[in-house]
Amino acid sequence: MTLLQLHEPGETPLPHEGEQTAAIGIDLGTTNTVVAIADQGKPEVIRGEKGGALIPSVVAYAPGGRVEVGETARRRLLDAPETVVSSIKRLMGRGARDLKELSGSLPYDLAPDDGGMVRLTVSGKRLSPVEISADILRAAKARAEASLGRAVERAVITVPAYFDDAARTATRDAARLAGLDVLRLVNEPTAAALAYGLDKGVEGLYAVYDLGGGTFDISLLRLEKGVFQVLATGGDAALGGDDFDHAIAERFLEQRRAAGKLAAPASADAKMILMTARLAKECLTEKSDGTWSVELGGAVSRHALDVAALEKLIQPFVARTIAISAGVFDDAAVDPKSIQGVVLVGGSTRVPAVRRAVEQFFGMKPLSNINPDEVVALGAALQAEALTRGSDNLLLDVTPLSLGIETMGGIVEKVIERNTPIPVAKAQEFTTYQDGQAAMAIHVVQGERETVDQCRSLARFELRGIPPMVAGAARVRVTFTVDADGLLTVAAREGSTGVEQRVEVKPSYGLAEDEMARMLRESIEHGRADMERRLLIEARVEAKRSLLALDAALKKDRLLLDAAEYAAIEAEIGRVNAAMSGEDRDAINGAVQALERAVTPFAQRRMDKAFAEALSGRSLDSVAERMEAGAKKKAS
Amino acid sequence: MTTTGTTIRTGATRGAAAPAPCWSCHAPVAAADLFCAGCRAVQPPGGADHFTRLGFEPGFALDAADLDRRYFALQRQLHPDRFVTKSARERAISQSQASSLNEAYETLKNPLERAVYLLKRMGIEIDPGDGVTIKDPALLMEAMEMREALSEAADTAAVAKVAANAEAERKKALEAVAAAFATLNHDATRTTVLRLKYLTKMDDEIRARRAALRTVP
Repeated sequence: MTLLQLHEPGETPLPHEGEQTAAIGIDLGTTNTVVAIADQGKPEVIRGEKGGALIPSVVAYAPGGRVEVGETARRRLLDAPETVVSSIKRLMGRGARDLKELSGSLPYDLAPDDGGMVRLTVSGKRLSPVEISADILRAAKARAEASLGRAVERAVITVPAYFDDAARTATRDAARLAGLDVLRLVNEPTAAALAYGLDKGVEGLYAVYDLGGGTFDISLLRLEKGVFQVLATGGDAALGGDDFDHAIAERFLEQRRAAGKLAAPASADAKMILMTARLAKECLTEKSDGTWSVELGGAVSRHALDVAALEKLIQPFVARTIAISAGVFDDAAVDPKSIQGVVLVGGSTRVPAVRRAVEQFFGMKPLSNINPDEVVALGAALQAEALTRGSDNLLLDVTPLSLGIETMGGIVEKVIERNTPIPVAKAQEFTTYQDGQAAMAIHVVQGERETVDQCRSLARFELRGIPPMVAGAARVRVTFTVDADGLLTVAAREGSTGVEQRVEVKPSYGLAEDEMARMLRESIEHGRADMERRLLIEARVEAKRSLLALDAALKKDRLLLDAAEYAAIEAEIGRVNAAMSGEDRDAINGAVQALERAVTPFAQRRMDKAFAEALSGRSLDSVAERMEAGAKKKAS
Repeated sequence: MTTTGTTIRTGATRGAAAPAPCWSCHAPVAAADLFCAGCRAVQPPGGADHFTRLGFEPGFALDAADLDRRYFALQRQLHPDRFVTKSARERAISQSQASSLNEAYETLKNPLERAVYLLKRMGIEIDPGDGVTIKDPALLMEAMEMREALSEAADTAAVAKVAANAEAERKKALEAVAAAFATLNHDATRTTVLRLKYLTKMDDEIRARRAALRTVP
């Protein structure tokens, strides 16, 4: 940059916009994803070109390899539903057995199961939920970069409080694939409380009732002078608005069957019916009844549904959320009617029957003055800023589920109880049950039940090299460590010999390390496009900065140029502006360089003028002072 | 002594433990200091007991609000959220500091765990796990009666009645534990803590019973 910038003393130089990479907050939801950024404690949702806050968490994989995310992908449901994946969050960290069918069909095409994480077959590709979520996160990142005009590499990503270790790891892996450095995984209700707490400066006990598309969370928090302390949390990682849609869709299908039309739907049909069911549900939050038509295999059927019928269909799910809430409050020994307020989060809390149930349980009108779709992303953005720029606020979260080890007879020995504050490290001693036992199988599980088969298996590993001893003589110390992201590491150590094995828990439903490596390699190939995009954004930022600097200089010293020179510079400015509206990074950089060459004489004249002013126009004292200061500097 | 504001020193009761060199700049750091005075690097947690970590003298009497205040003030300095932009080593140390602090807080916050921890410091193990039976016949009798009442409680109202009774007993037991610790009577302490332990367990059973009643449609 040859354009010299001269600043008046005390005047702030132009900020270097491109230097700092932004840290954003992302609410990666089952139905929608929202991105936000905070500045000086003020969070704001980053909107798309059309002004919408929500990015539908829908990905379309065209046969040619083109990936579309969001609204455009959702529209594909109409003409090419077989290429579209939605509600992928429900499959994060899960096995095929965990999936829910719709009249014998899944709204996904599963790839042959190898016992681990679910794989989908879409447009001939075999994709894991992690890869699909990474595509959504890439879209969120791209939106932020386009809007902010600078690279975004760091993010706080929210997860349901009730997400287990497998689902958390899967989320972190997805972010890595998308080229995002995860500053922290923050629980959604905690993020919501942060957005509310800072907004209102509230104190006391608050509940956050979060019913999203696919997950339900209830958290009890204590808010006090910038401290957000989670006291208890509970939920169901597979309970949400999607279940309402399923219930409605099942009813429609039943009515079709009764009318003798097409029984078992194919998976693409299942997606269509679910979409219609969702429309019906959304419509009935405001209207009292309606009629929807379903067309499958050329046979059209019409289905009437009113609010009363809808509420009957969803009642079991709503009741379940209230039963879970009652359990959490019982655990914490807090009367739900004694708290200061209850915050509603998640799109499904728009359903009037849900609001009524919450109001009745807590005996008070819930707070919903922050948009329930946006509140989590706003909180995440606040935390992203707090983590990167510092803050007085403190988020103290807990483990949602107990963590333990399988002992004799398939019984679970809990090492860390649920609702324990994190980070936490706890150790427990175990021993051998056979004489001369040389190895010990360690099976790590998560859940509240007493027996292993009713808990979720997280990982298995073996501690080998135990010296021969009689049964019960060995002392194996197993240490569980949960970090501030809620991720678990387990280490085992035999006391008498110090044989140690440390494993980072690789969830049974997670990705193997070599798979992760392959995906990262592939994402670098994708990444090339990302990189191009980033360089383009940087070129634009740099060009904009040059123009701003030149504009300021021209305002002050335009008289140093004659008309012809001024016109020449104006022409170059025009070329830079034209290049900036295009997509060609080299053209932008070329135009900026041409502009710099054109302004070099101007810059030189400004330098000369500044020196002349310093020597004549200004007070002599200040010149003398400066010279003195210069002399001192040399002497020291 | 306070731990509010930017105080970075925990309890002064740790005695004259020798200063250790800072892992980062090798300057001497006093055992009770959380940060190196020279380079400001966070220091590893060390082996302080739970009371010292939170700046208390060991004892059963404890003001819950004071405990929270100290805990929050320390977490404000030590929580991993404060070290996101720091080196991997500092992040790891912050995690172990925050973990030790959480463990201390959880132990002291819960009266039963606090009592058991105090007894353990006094060399008294109180863990009637497998094979160890309760020898106090009055407590045994009481336990049997309460269990029976709970198993007979068929609805939430009946369970609430059992719970209210258990809660009243638990309050009394807490007072008895506090009194026993105050008189330094080891036998009385042991007996009263055992009773508190049993009543706390009863609490869990009542909760489980309520949960079971909730899931029945």
